[in-house]
Amino acid sequence: MDSKSNAAMRTDDTLPDTPTALPESKTVPETPSVSLSETASKTEKPGAVPLRIWMRGTGARYLVRIMALVVAVVLWELASDNGFHFYVSFDNIPAPSIVGSALVAELTGQEFYLHILHSLERVAIAYVLAVVLGVLLGVAMGRSRWAEDIILPYIELLRPIPAVAWIPLAILMLPTEQSSIIFITFLGALFPVILNTVHGVEQTNSVLIRAARSLGASRTAILWHVVLPGAMPSIVAGLAIGMGVAWFSLLAGEIISGQYGIGYYTWNSYTLIQYPQIIIGMLTIGGLGTLCTSLVRKGCNPLLKWQAKGGRS
Amino acid sequence: MSDTLANDNRLAVLDHSRLRAKSSRPGAERGRISVRDVDIVFETASGSHVAVQNASLAVRPGEFVCLLGPSGCGKSTLMNSIAGFVPPTRGEVTIDGEAVTEPGPDRGMVFQQHSLFPWKTVKENVAFGPLMAGVGQNEANSVARTFLSLVGLAAFENAYPNTLSGGMQQRVGIARALANYPSVLLMDEPFGALDAQTRIMMQENLLEIWQEFRNTVVFVTHDIDEAVFLSDRIVVMSASPGRIIADIDVKLPRPREQSLLTSAEFMALKRQCLDLIRQETLNAFQQQNKAG
Repeated sequence: MDSKSNAAMRTDDTLPDTPTALPESKTVPETPSVSLSETASKTEKPGAVPLRIWMRGTGARYLVRIMALVVAVVLWELASDNGFHFYVSFDNIPAPSIVGSALVAELTGQEFYLHILHSLERVAIAYVLAVVLGVLLGVAMGRSRWAEDIILPYIELLRPIPAVAWIPLAILMLPTEQSSIIFITFLGALFPVILNTVHGVEQTNSVLIRAARSLGASRTAILWHVVLPGAMPSIVAGLAIGMGVAWFSLLAGEIISGQYGIGYYTWNSYTLIQYPQIIIGMLTIGGLGTLCTSLVRKGCNPLLKWQAKGGRS
Repeated sequence: MSDTLANDNRLAVLDHSRLRAKSSRPGAERGRISVRDVDIVFETASGSHVAVQNASLAVRPGEFVCLLGPSGCGKSTLMNSIAGFVPPTRGEVTIDGEAVTEPGPDRGMVFQQHSLFPWKTVKENVAFGPLMAGVGQNEANSVARTFLSLVGLAAFENAYPNTLSGGMQQRVGIARALANYPSVLLMDEPFGALDAQTRIMMQENLLEIWQEFRNTVVFVTHDIDEAVFLSDRIVVMSASPGRIIADIDVKLPRPREQSLLTSAEFMALKRQCLDLIRQETLNAFQQQNKAG
């Protein structure tokens, strides 16, 4: 019995780094700049520490990013106002101030929102289809040599074709304008999702598969508990890239749209020589693409929370 | 630390009817390993490589056997054929009279390192085996908690493996393998990647747990101290091709503690193993020189 009381396993391994001693965050610099910490420490209240750290780390970086954009807008304004012309011409480019007032006009109307809503709907449908099909095909290809040999030639051949080149075939093959646009957007999102899924699945750690088999896991259980979670970081990267490419392709698809869509809006403004509207359309596509991509990343975060604390090898 | 209080409880919740390889009924022993005339040959691009040659080994239920040998001598390969991962090219491996054809939960595996599922918490890792065996989520969780307290990691059940030290990860690996109440525990250099102090503690802890289970253990190592300290029997293997060259009984008293490491009996056994391994290493060197 004596040996049993002795049998309590030690909680500490005598290793210096126990889990509780983990650094809180990597983004916080360990040695803050002297001037900042001096000024901050004088005004600092006990509860204000996180904000102070935020301002020094993440906050300061966002400030720099915003300033970088502001500088570009100021330069653009100067170039347009003064008719900058040296190989690159700003003669016909509306200044940010003009674009801004045009944007205010659009935002007060209803039409602009309809364009955005139509585009969002198309992207949503195309993206969901691409994700479902892409992950299924990707897993099949990653797990089965047969599937890979059958599907890969199609991907190699079709992937380099730009979205615009699909327009004629999409019109000829699909029943409605809407379905043609969705098809073109879908194709754009599909390939990154497939390829990243294949990559992730093929990277599966063989030791983990052996461990699962020795614990009595079936093939299905291994797919669900080992292969998919292991591939998830790569799949999520594919989902984010796919979302970006979906917006990219949407513009090409909406060239054939008769009425609505932010891509149509941009293209139509070009044919009507409405320069401020072209820029509004471009920036809207950029903004929406970035927004949707970051939503995808945020939405997938719970699937990757096991990576969050991983600082150690 | 905090686990000393829970110490008496933790053993009460173990399913004692499923413990121990030796049942009270004669002839109902579990965990008898038989390896008969086994060759394992790998076909590679540069020809065939004989990893294991003419290996025969009988392990009694409840015996703690170390496979000892220099790196690359095929000891892991031999163990993987017991595990069911590598089919023998010739010969037969049986557990309790049944031929091994694939891995199974009756043979728990502990790997060298990084074999926990990083996306599962410590508890989910240990509960995985019972879940695969078809018990419900609740029961799997309670089995997992039992085995985590057994290895002293109850407080870390919701941690992810990459937040634990190497030694703690290996303890979770041991708990995970034991949660299926396997009749055989196969350990492939499980402490090889740990620092010396942690390793000694892990060895003591392993023996304490094994004292409770008394299942058959096959433990692969190249560390002579480790082999002598842990085992009932040391099976020494030679380098390429891997052959069994000695079978040494270790009649040291149990329970064993660290003080044993400096005793005269321990030293004598260590010397015996050292001489065998040294001779083998010399032979291997000479072979390489001839080939070169």
